[in-house]
Amino acid sequence: MSLLEVNDLRVSFARRNAWFRSRSADFVAVDGVSLAVAPDEIVGLVGESGSGKTTVARAIVGLVRPGSGAVLLDGVPLGPVGRRTTAQQRAAQMVFQDPRSSLSPRMTVTAIINEAWRTHPESAPPGDRTAALHRLLDDVGLDASVARHRADELSGGQCQRVSIARALAVRPRLLVCDEAVSALDVSVQAQILRLLVDLRERHHLAMLFISHDLGVVHQIADRIAVMRRGVVVEEGRTTDVLGAPRHEYTRSLLDAALELSTTDAQDRSGN
Amino acid sequence: MTAAVDVQRETPIGARRGRAAVGRWISRIPYAVLAVYAVVGGVGPLIIDYNPVRVSLDDRLLSPGAHVVSGGIAWFGTDGLGRDVLAQVVYGARTSVIIGVSTVVVSCLIGVTVGIVAGYFRGWLDTVLARGIDILLAFPAILLTIVIAGAFERSVLVVVAALSATPWISFARVTRGVALSVRERPWIDAARVLGVRPTSILLRHILPLTVGPVVALATLEFALVVLAEAGLSFLGIGLPNSAVSWGQTIANGKQYLETAWWISALPGIALSLLIINIGILGDQLTARYGRGHLR
Repeated sequence: MSLLEVNDLRVSFARRNAWFRSRSADFVAVDGVSLAVAPDEIVGLVGESGSGKTTVARAIVGLVRPGSGAVLLDGVPLGPVGRRTTAQQRAAQMVFQDPRSSLSPRMTVTAIINEAWRTHPESAPPGDRTAALHRLLDDVGLDASVARHRADELSGGQCQRVSIARALAVRPRLLVCDEAVSALDVSVQAQILRLLVDLRERHHLAMLFISHDLGVVHQIADRIAVMRRGVVVEEGRTTDVLGAPRHEYTRSLLDAALELSTTDAQDRSGN
Repeated sequence: MTAAVDVQRETPIGARRGRAAVGRWISRIPYAVLAVYAVVGGVGPLIIDYNPVRVSLDDRLLSPGAHVVSGGIAWFGTDGLGRDVLAQVVYGARTSVIIGVSTVVVSCLIGVTVGIVAGYFRGWLDTVLARGIDILLAFPAILLTIVIAGAFERSVLVVVAALSATPWISFARVTRGVALSVRERPWIDAARVLGVRPTSILLRHILPLTVGPVVALATLEFALVVLAEAGLSFLGIGLPNSAVSWGQTIANGKQYLETAWWISALPGIALSLLIINIGILGDQLTARYGRGHLR
């Protein structure tokens, strides 16, 4: 039984100012995507930019209304974000690409986490909130002193940890990470990836990990789905997909990634 | 080597610092002038006793600095009915500030509410409001104000309502612009995914970001409102005659412009100084907090 199921999802966007245009002029971002994420599983969703990965993520958390198809949580269809039950709202949380702008610039870390708890009181820890906040920050590898800072006083890596803490505050079951490490530098990337793997074990989280970077997905995902132009072209266990890709597009993605890493290595040996 | 570089740099930095200090002092002038107006408008009426209905025909048209019959000195002269011009300027300052502040507060509340709701929720509400605003903007602002002020009996409430008729539009447009750009930010998406209620998103995530531009705009609108109030009173459709307003005093001095310039000129100078300084302050605030200061 899978935790999250996406069935034949189609999403299209009306072009801007489409007052006089016919529906056929809509831009199709996702064209029939089916996915499943089991409890405790990390599924990687890869593909070049513009392939519709982010739209899939936004449809799962309810920020985008699908044209057709369904997003099911425990077999129950999910509506747009405002129409979900509180339990459904808590269950699926998202971590965004740009660490800085995913935190309100005028709010302190304490205020950000407290907002999550105030929105879902049933997920708030009993007893002392300050102690609980420090435990939560410690959980994502942040010092308690970060609590009184605002987002614009933190580094990118710290912001992303706060984002993860905010998502964890409501004790979700599924974490959708949309390019969550792409904006970070390589060493911080590795730390955040390790943190995510850690958290999965400690909190029994399932994850949908979206990235254009095969290397990153390779490190973290149990299964991989490869997307291109709004459809999934290949899906399977990480080792299978990356070890013996069946689809031509996956192969070309792999080749491109390999080429990049070998030139990287050459650069390094050259210096 | 390092020392040489340091020596080379020293003089320009010192000179720049000196000029910056002068600039800082100049930029503080508007604050000082406005503080003087606030003190004069707030404390002045408590010290100077003035009744606009009490006339003293023996003291008609005295020039500034002359002695009045009751023994005092009329520093700003007297008007055609023997009333002290200094007292009128002081009482007028209070009137202008009260009318200006209440009008700006009223239009700010209306405009920010309308703008933030329209910008965040979009949809038909936004379309209706945006078109409505466009239509209202097509009228000359002062004309609309005159129509409203002229249609009702003269009172403070009517003046404030008439003066608020157009400024709220500027507030609505600025706030709508901020809301439109902020609603696309990931932190709003994060709040929505978290299940935060729309009213909380508006109040906690969007409203704080409108404060800078709104405060900057409020100062500019304040200057315009003070000027418009004086204009209405000058035309005789502003405040009732029992109130003291710069506009009325200037209008009273109209017929004596050649013989007793001080009746119109002194309140006029007070009005101009106030408006110029608020304008400069508003420009400073706009430069600091206006457009593009979202992050």
